[in-house]
Amino acid sequence: MAADISSGGSSTITTYQGQGARMMLPAWVIIGFFLVLPVGMMLVYSFLTKEFRGGVIWDFSLAAYDQFFFDRGLFGDEPPKIEWTYITIFWRSIWQAAVATVLCLLIGFPTAWFIATRAGPARSIWLFAITIPYWVNLLIRTISMKFLIRDNGPLNEFLLAIGVIGEPIGLINTNFAVQLGLFYSYLPFMVLPIYASVERYNMAYSEAAADLYASKWAALRFVVLPIVKPGIIAGCILVFVPSLGAFLAPDLLGGAKNFMIGSLIEEQFKGNAGNWPFGAAASMILLSMVLVVLAFYARAQTKAGDR
Amino acid sequence: MANSDRQVAVKFETVSKRYGTFTALKQVSLDIFDNEFFTLLGPSGCGKTTLLRSIAGFEDIQDGAIRLFGEDIAELPPNKRSVNTVFQNYALFPHMDVTENVMFGLRMLGTSEAEARKRAQEVLDLVQLQSFADRMPNQLSGGQQQRVALARALAPNPRVLLLDEPLSALDLKLRQAVRLELQELQKDTGITFIFVTHDQEEALTMSDRIAVINAGEVQQVGNAREIYEEPNNAFVASFIGETNLIKVDVGEPQDGKVAATLPGGVQLNCSAAVGAHAGSGHLSIRPERVNFCPLDKANLTGTVQRVVYLGTDMQVEVAIQSGQTINARVQNTQMAVIPSIGETVGMQLDAAAARVLGA
Ligand SMILES: Nc1ncnc2c1ncn2[C@@H]1O[C@H](COP(=O)(O)OP(=O)(O)OP(=O)(O)O)[C@@H](O)[C@H]1O
Ligand SMILES: [Mg+2]
Repeated sequence: MAADISSGGSSTITTYQGQGARMMLPAWVIIGFFLVLPVGMMLVYSFLTKEFRGGVIWDFSLAAYDQFFFDRGLFGDEPPKIEWTYITIFWRSIWQAAVATVLCLLIGFPTAWFIATRAGPARSIWLFAITIPYWVNLLIRTISMKFLIRDNGPLNEFLLAIGVIGEPIGLINTNFAVQLGLFYSYLPFMVLPIYASVERYNMAYSEAAADLYASKWAALRFVVLPIVKPGIIAGCILVFVPSLGAFLAPDLLGGAKNFMIGSLIEEQFKGNAGNWPFGAAASMILLSMVLVVLAFYARAQTKAGDR
Repeated sequence: MANSDRQVAVKFETVSKRYGTFTALKQVSLDIFDNEFFTLLGPSGCGKTTLLRSIAGFEDIQDGAIRLFGEDIAELPPNKRSVNTVFQNYALFPHMDVTENVMFGLRMLGTSEAEARKRAQEVLDLVQLQSFADRMPNQLSGGQQQRVALARALAPNPRVLLLDEPLSALDLKLRQAVRLELQELQKDTGITFIFVTHDQEEALTMSDRIAVINAGEVQQVGNAREIYEEPNNAFVASFIGETNLIKVDVGEPQDGKVAATLPGGVQLNCSAAVGAHAGSGHLSIRPERVNFCPLDKANLTGTVQRVVYLGTDMQVEVAIQSGQTINARVQNTQMAVIPSIGETVGMQLDAAAARVLGA
């Protein structure tokens, strides 16, 4: 009897496992085809030799990474010398993405809070309003931004007209213009996850904090922020990661001297002038940086989960 | 102690609160004394929570004033009032463990870390949660959460503690145990407790004094005995326990006494509530104070309509000649004579327990 039951039980489990594997198949195909394959290709290409006029020669080479990091290579007779050009571009990208993320957080948090604390119907309208601009293509929005902030654009003309400034402030082609562009491009990615966690936040916690002698700021710092933190972290990642690799805003608003990683990579694959292995290597370096950020996020999450 | 000698902890002076066009509190005047276990009792939606929240500072009032130990607190934000609340749903901080929750108020007051920790341990001892100090709120049962909420509110040693139906989430056994604990705690700490409930038994057993509230108005304030035995009006009489309201002809009240003429013509000399006046009125008598007797000794007669088994008691419903139904309780003992349906019975109303109500 007992044997019957146990064998029956285990056969049921096997069947379920078999079904589970079959049901996972589409997911595996998608991950394999759209994630593993392209990243794998990029990894392989980054170790190949470049073909002039684009493409690769199937010869193993470290030239791409060598070009990225070193002016005088590891393999010469003289001691190696660091090449700062690309590292500078990467560093600038990190900085721009970080500033854009902070801007998004500073504006996005109060916005999300405002929306989440409205009454039902008003809330849906505000939420919808936030997403409306994003129905328009990013390229068009970025170009519009360029028109808005250029020297003879509406912003400068308005400020001139009301007499705040005496001559146009040169916004276009600055770091700040890029940061502004990134901020505008990715703001909803900050607002929406924060909104989701604030909406679940129980206002009774704020009342309890005030009841226990916390000022408004103390309640924000010790009660609200820790509780909605998952939304804030998700928002920061969703803004920081695409900002890091963005090329539209830096290209259109930053001009040549405010080059970012996205543009650097884009250039390697465009037309005949490119260098595919170098572009692939730069992508791999970008990817590893993103993975580091995500690793921090995962660690923060598990820590929060432990509690 | 005479009430006039006692210090008033919380004083409501004709307080009104409106939400848009809806008036949640109507001209509420109340004195709640220091060291008192004071209960706000009323049906759901009558404004108990609103009253409590206006003391804590979460609701602005439109008229009148609230004084905390004499001081008008209209301008004080919640974090400046030395009042703590045990919330209806506890609102424990989910990201802090039990100790941190309890320490929160002290930290905000700038108490040193060591002292705050010591005090937290003290109050956790008090509510018998020492062994749960490191748990997160979501690892606690409802009753334990309720005690953490209590400890958290007690830790800063407030002068007034507000408790909003803190026992409603507990099962009957636990609720009865916690009632006693709360009462002892109040006596031990000497903190003024303002306790909200819609459970009349809870109110009667725990409180020094009770305010019965209906539709935003205070109906009566008094101790348990006064509220139960000397109700002012029909609402109080029927909300607290069960009662019969018999239509009677009322004479001129004199020294709190009045003659009431029952249907059938018998006169009863009984107590009169404050608002009682001559004319037609209502006489309140509890079912357990209606006794069956031989017809010649009865001051009220009627026909038995229903007999309901209630366990310890039998409830007998009797139609009297005016058409009203009177409920009587007979203890369910071997000796008891339970009238049967259709029988004509005589009833003796205990004059000492009968009361003519105000409007
Ligand atoms: N924010 C609000 N806007 C409009 N009306 C409100 C608001 N808050 C409460 N009310 C109304 O005020 C009245 C009193 O509410 P309150 O919460 O004080 O009732 P309560 O006596 O605590 O009831 P319960 O026993 O169900 O908790 C209710 O009729 C309620 O509908
Ligand atoms: Mg309530």
